[in-house]
Amino acid sequence: MSLSTKHLLGIRDLKKEDISLILQTAEQFKEVLQRPVKKVPSLRDIVVVNLFFENSTRTRISFELAEKRLSADTVNFTASSSSVSKGETLLDTVNNILSMKVDMVVMRHSASGAPHFLANHIPAAIINAGDGINEHPTQGLLDALSIKEKTGSLEGRKVAIIGDIMHSRVAQSNIYLLKKMGAEVTVCGPPTLIPKYISQALGVNVSYHLRETLEWCDVANVLRIQLERQNQVLFSSLREYSLAYGINRQMLDSLHKEIVIMHPGPINRGVELDSDVADSKQSIILQQVENGVAVRMAVLYLLANRNN
Amino acid sequence: MKLILSEQQLSITIRRLASQVLENNDSFSNTVIIGLQPRGIYVSDRLVNEIKKQLPGVAVQYGKLDITFYRDDIRKELHIANQTDIPFSLEGKKIVLVDDVLYTGRTIRAALDAILAFGRPENVELCVLIDRRFSRQFPIQPDYTGKAIDSIISQKVKVFWKEKDGKDEVALLE
Repeated sequence: MSLSTKHLLGIRDLKKEDISLILQTAEQFKEVLQRPVKKVPSLRDIVVVNLFFENSTRTRISFELAEKRLSADTVNFTASSSSVSKGETLLDTVNNILSMKVDMVVMRHSASGAPHFLANHIPAAIINAGDGINEHPTQGLLDALSIKEKTGSLEGRKVAIIGDIMHSRVAQSNIYLLKKMGAEVTVCGPPTLIPKYISQALGVNVSYHLRETLEWCDVANVLRIQLERQNQVLFSSLREYSLAYGINRQMLDSLHKEIVIMHPGPINRGVELDSDVADSKQSIILQQVENGVAVRMAVLYLLANRNN
Repeated sequence: MKLILSEQQLSITIRRLASQVLENNDSFSNTVIIGLQPRGIYVSDRLVNEIKKQLPGVAVQYGKLDITFYRDDIRKELHIANQTDIPFSLEGKKIVLVDDVLYTGRTIRAALDAILAFGRPENVELCVLIDRRFSRQFPIQPDYTGKAIDSIISQKVKVFWKEKDGKDEVALLE
């Protein structure tokens, strides 16, 4: 058994069996992370380069840790301190790095489709760590693992994705994954932040009412407003957004059931989530981060020998 | 197909292996049994049951180890991991590693590596149901052997278990 792809560009390209295999392998790596020595020699002699053309703390550290726990050799690259600022093209940068015999590339880029472009031009295995507003596949996978762990299974689970759906690669990866695994998805937010035709295109329900959505769902995945990707005014102010779509303690307590709260980070406290919600025992935000390392170990492990 | 152990012989052999393990670890206070995933578990399950029968009232510490992440052939072939379940430290413990068939010794080599992630044991012994003699690629030998056989590379040793295959039997396939 192995993955049907040589790269992890997006959840869209994965089969249901691929997703199951990654999650199952991630569970084994979670056990590895509980051991007194949390390191295995699986990727000894495999070289991974982390190319981050866009800022990141969580994802970059998580990938780096995953690589180190697998005994891979790692090279880090951040755009601001490299020759990119001298005018080098993406392909030239990567080809130069690859001529130093690199097996895998983990890449984050602000342009949607950048990892797909690389995959067509270079022989290494590419793992997408977020490309523009397209996909963030490892986030989708770690969210799925977290939901599975907390609620037992993905099949039939009702998941709400709340907030800036339009600019969120996390939302897109989550939707693809949850639909493939048989969960029901509702996206919720102001009409200006939900793409038209998303319901026909991706098979999700659309709601503009937070309370209704929370009453419906088992799990609420709350997203950050991506001000850095919005080049026009889509709502009047963060304060107004927060009044209509921010989740606070009082609202959660008035629901008829206890729902699970998730957030991919970074949280804007007081905007989409209040502190007493983000830090409550209903929230699995820190488990998501913990699962991130295991999921990334699984992806690296399963792709490590696919390009020979 | 040549029969190596029948159902009755298999159960007698397991009983003997349990007695031999007990002989060297009489109180069992500091000894742990570690079965190797996936197929060594069937041997270790029975061995542990037998030890409990012969040593009633003593809690036997029993873990399961998967060595997939410690293999030396990731670039050649991908293997899917099974569950590891060792809910205790192996620091200072006397370990009896249990597997079904000892062949090249590579699995045991990987297992010795993996064990160190759980602490530094006092010693490690190896218990196997079938020892395929003269085919080792590493200097590894069993301390407890169910049955030693001579075989050639093209032959395969197949161990059948009631829980999984519907019968208890060991056979040599051509």
